[in-house]
Amino acid sequence: MTELAVDATIASGDFAVSARFETGPGVTALFGPSGAGKSVTLAAVAGLLRPAEGRIHIDRRLVADAAAGVHVPSQERRIGMVFQQAALLPHRSPLDNVALAASGRRRVERRALAAEWLERVGAAHLAAAPTRSLSGGEQQRVALARALVADPALVLLDEPFSALDAPTRVQLRRLLTDLVDERHLTAILVTHDLEDLAHLADRVVRFAPGRTLDTLEVGEDGLDLPHLLSDP
Amino acid sequence: MEDWYPLWLSLRVATVATVIAAVVGVGFAYLLAKGRFRGRSLLEAVLTLPIVLPPTVLGYYLLTTLGVNSPIGRAWESLTGSPLVFTVPAAVIAASVSALPFVVRTARAALEDVDPRLEAVARVAGHPEWRVATLVTLPAARRGLTAGVALGFARALGDFGATVMVAGNIPGRTQTMPIAVFDAVQAGDQATARMGSLVLAAVAVVVLLVVAQTATART
Repeated sequence: MTELAVDATIASGDFAVSARFETGPGVTALFGPSGAGKSVTLAAVAGLLRPAEGRIHIDRRLVADAAAGVHVPSQERRIGMVFQQAALLPHRSPLDNVALAASGRRRVERRALAAEWLERVGAAHLAAAPTRSLSGGEQQRVALARALVADPALVLLDEPFSALDAPTRVQLRRLLTDLVDERHLTAILVTHDLEDLAHLADRVVRFAPGRTLDTLEVGEDGLDLPHLLSDP
Repeated sequence: MEDWYPLWLSLRVATVATVIAAVVGVGFAYLLAKGRFRGRSLLEAVLTLPIVLPPTVLGYYLLTTLGVNSPIGRAWESLTGSPLVFTVPAAVIAASVSALPFVVRTARAALEDVDPRLEAVARVAGHPEWRVATLVTLPAARRGLTAGVALGFARALGDFGATVMVAGNIPGRTQTMPIAVFDAVQAGDQATARMGSLVLAAVAVVVLLVVAQTATART
């Protein structure tokens, strides 16, 4: 049940994005064209980039403040992360990949917890499989388990399903919705896929190139498509 | 060729030098690949110098740095009772310095190639930076690191100029294989020169094959 508040300008190389939104439990989609700055915003929330201006709060805790020089390292933000490509360590088994994300616990506990999470995402049978042999969908299941194993305050998903085939995407969307409901997660999902919005989003933060436009709540009637797709 | 001492010495010197160059070189490579600090380009240039300098010039600088009047030379002498130059340890230092840029450049490229998302995942999972390095970055770059160390070994084994300047050419003591080949040619001893060259060339080919294999192999 984490809240996230971003009011910051984040630069990466020549590119800069001004992002401003507040959100809470459920799935918040960061939606907009490629190159708008969604992933850069996500990286700043994770602490992988420092904002050039402004502040970021996670659960009312100030984690980044450019003016005051505050920067809570990624390690202390309690974040789980899933990328488009699963980014599993190829030289470790799927179980190890998940267990390693449960840092700060004893080895036995870590492995037990990892096994439990692989089970939860329907990947128990893959625990000891060669990591390189996993299909895209299997890798993303393991990556989801890895992101959630340490009981993160925030789950950040950067186009997690865009590299998957359609049936796998449907399965994994369902898995994610179930997990969000069951664990009361706060998830931030970067996407430019309308189907992701329709199936997953409780809230949509619209991005135009280099800035956020507004935040739309997804109501009983679903998405307000005309507004969503309207020009800024 | 009857006297195998030069080959034996070369292998020992190159092995120890490679270990030193590997530890120091991968450390510098990590700093260059991941660090953002002033003077990074300068540091890189200095670390590359042994490749581009004439070996005699490199040897001259080493001689100045390690000689009996230098702080390092004096410290060595007060610890061991004898000068550092014209000894086997001096040959090891010369070979390490010659090998270092090959390790640094190859390792740096390999470390920069590591998918930053792998490191990001480890970081947000709470692992401190040193653990991110040992858990993710170094293992993911291991093929490039191996290739760099192998190239460094080949270079250390073949060093002539810097070694002869700081370790001299004392048969049975500091005369390494490349220097023995030089001596044999000077003395018109074709058999020894041919044999020594063949052995060094063979070792180099083996190392380069290992490098090529490491670069293409999937694990």
